[in-house]
Amino acid sequence: MTLQLDFNVDRGSFGLEARLSLPSSGVTALFGRSGSGKTTLLRCIAGLERHPGHLSFQGEEWQSSRHCVPTHRRPLGYVFQEASLFPHLRVAQNLAYGFKRIPHQQRRIEWDEVVQLLGLEHLLARYPDEISGGQRQRVSLGRALLTSPHLLLMDEPLASLDATSKEEILPFLERLRDELELPIIYVSHSMEEVIRLADHMVLLDAGKVVAQGSLQALLTARELPFVRTETSSTVLDARVTNPEAEDGLTELEVAGQPLLVTRHSAPRGQQVRVRIMARDVGLALFPPEGISFLNCLRVTLLDSQPGVVPSQLLLRLALGEQVMLSRISRRSATHLQLQPGQTLYALIKGAALN
Amino acid sequence: MFELSDAALTALWITLKLATVSTLALLVLATPLAWWLAHTRWRGKVVIEALVALPLVMPPTVIGFYLLVLLGPRGWVGGFLESIGVGHLAFSFTGIVIGSMLFSVPFVVQPLQNAFAGASGRVLEVAATLRASPLDRFFSVTLPLSRRGFLTAGVLSFAHSLGEFGMILMIGGNIPGRTQVASISIYNYVETMNYSAAHSLSLVLVLSSFTLLMMVFALNRRFKVVGVA
Repeated sequence: MTLQLDFNVDRGSFGLEARLSLPSSGVTALFGRSGSGKTTLLRCIAGLERHPGHLSFQGEEWQSSRHCVPTHRRPLGYVFQEASLFPHLRVAQNLAYGFKRIPHQQRRIEWDEVVQLLGLEHLLARYPDEISGGQRQRVSLGRALLTSPHLLLMDEPLASLDATSKEEILPFLERLRDELELPIIYVSHSMEEVIRLADHMVLLDAGKVVAQGSLQALLTARELPFVRTETSSTVLDARVTNPEAEDGLTELEVAGQPLLVTRHSAPRGQQVRVRIMARDVGLALFPPEGISFLNCLRVTLLDSQPGVVPSQLLLRLALGEQVMLSRISRRSATHLQLQPGQTLYALIKGAALN
Repeated sequence: MFELSDAALTALWITLKLATVSTLALLVLATPLAWWLAHTRWRGKVVIEALVALPLVMPPTVIGFYLLVLLGPRGWVGGFLESIGVGHLAFSFTGIVIGSMLFSVPFVVQPLQNAFAGASGRVLEVAATLRASPLDRFFSVTLPLSRRGFLTAGVLSFAHSLGEFGMILMIGGNIPGRTQVASISIYNYVETMNYSAAHSLSLVLVLSSFTLLMMVFALNRRFKVVGVA
């Protein structure tokens, strides 16, 4: 655990109480509705807002009752919702702003690396008002990375962008997560982004921490609202066993069982995540034959609960240590006489690698 | 006929010197005040803002009169300066510089305050997360983003000082070669029925002010291209 925080914000109508330990690697999503306190919490971590509390990062005290390290002395990068580039500086000068303030020996991320990773070569000589919103956000991300931060904070970096620009940036964020060993705290209210990027999740509601844990644990937790949405899904940890399987497929292994997905560029042996929607998972009592479903995983039924509509049930299935979801009709469940602990075969209609 | 006597040229020179010195000094001194006004949340700020705007509505002769009392040999400031052997400031060039500065305070503070307020908030937070200290942020972000404010402030103060009359007459008197500025010279020429000399000097003032303002509008347009997005 690398980031320990304990904040108590009281602003009259709005309050925030957060006591958290966040992991030292991967992407942690701060998830919640507007007004749940996500951004305030992020700003407290950055030191942009001062509220009573305690904060330490990798054993170093950033805030206590006695002192507070000012923002410019904290080794962090911050990406704001709007790109907020300096309007009087060209793209290259914007990128250089933080970079030149970092002593050479402390630079772990190099200029060319960032310019290449974010595809900024052709933008360097432009002014911020001459490039698109998506490009601006890429520059602002690059600008933050070039300070070689030990912690990257992102406040809904995609929220103000249109769908095309979002798709333009998401792959960069994924590469960032995979290629740089940098803990990232990512504020979002978009489930799509969280599922694509996050490893851990902190769920905030009305200024309180409702739950925290691995993405999979929260997505499949009985008591949390995620299982009761139309798009409820799980993410499974898998490993690539045959990237170039026949018929344009890639073969993965999940809990010792094979899983086929659409061809993906991930190399053999790489750990990947597969998103499976609850509505795409059917169940059988015996391994079926003569059906079109590509994937059939042996699972154990954990429990069931009412689905979004009265005619449906949501089932939680254990796959080794992992948990996946299936949504079936109440009638099918009665018909199959499903019991917790029972061994079942999960038929998966679509699995998306992410 | 257009003709400038040596006396008129001297008066012009003093006017120019007065406007330049008081504008530069005022820009330096007003910057921290404008910065503070743009950022403070102190409720008493309105008092300071009203004080800053006061020269706009006061008759120049009133400012001149109080300054004369204050800076003269028996005033608090003048008396103190006498006692340490520097000499009082009434009827001196330094005296009219101080008067001119005071007189132009609103013309400098208000554009700067607006500029600083516009160049704050998010961009400064961004700069802080990019390791810039508060002073560094001021020089690398606030100042460049406020250059139009500085231009406006500088020009307004300069042009305002070019034409000031009543206040300077009060504190500076009418001493040729020391405190006699162009506007006072014109008054003298008219008093002595020398209309052609008054015309020449007036024309110089009109043309120089016009050129100055035209330059500002041209520069402002150029800055806008790079301006705040």
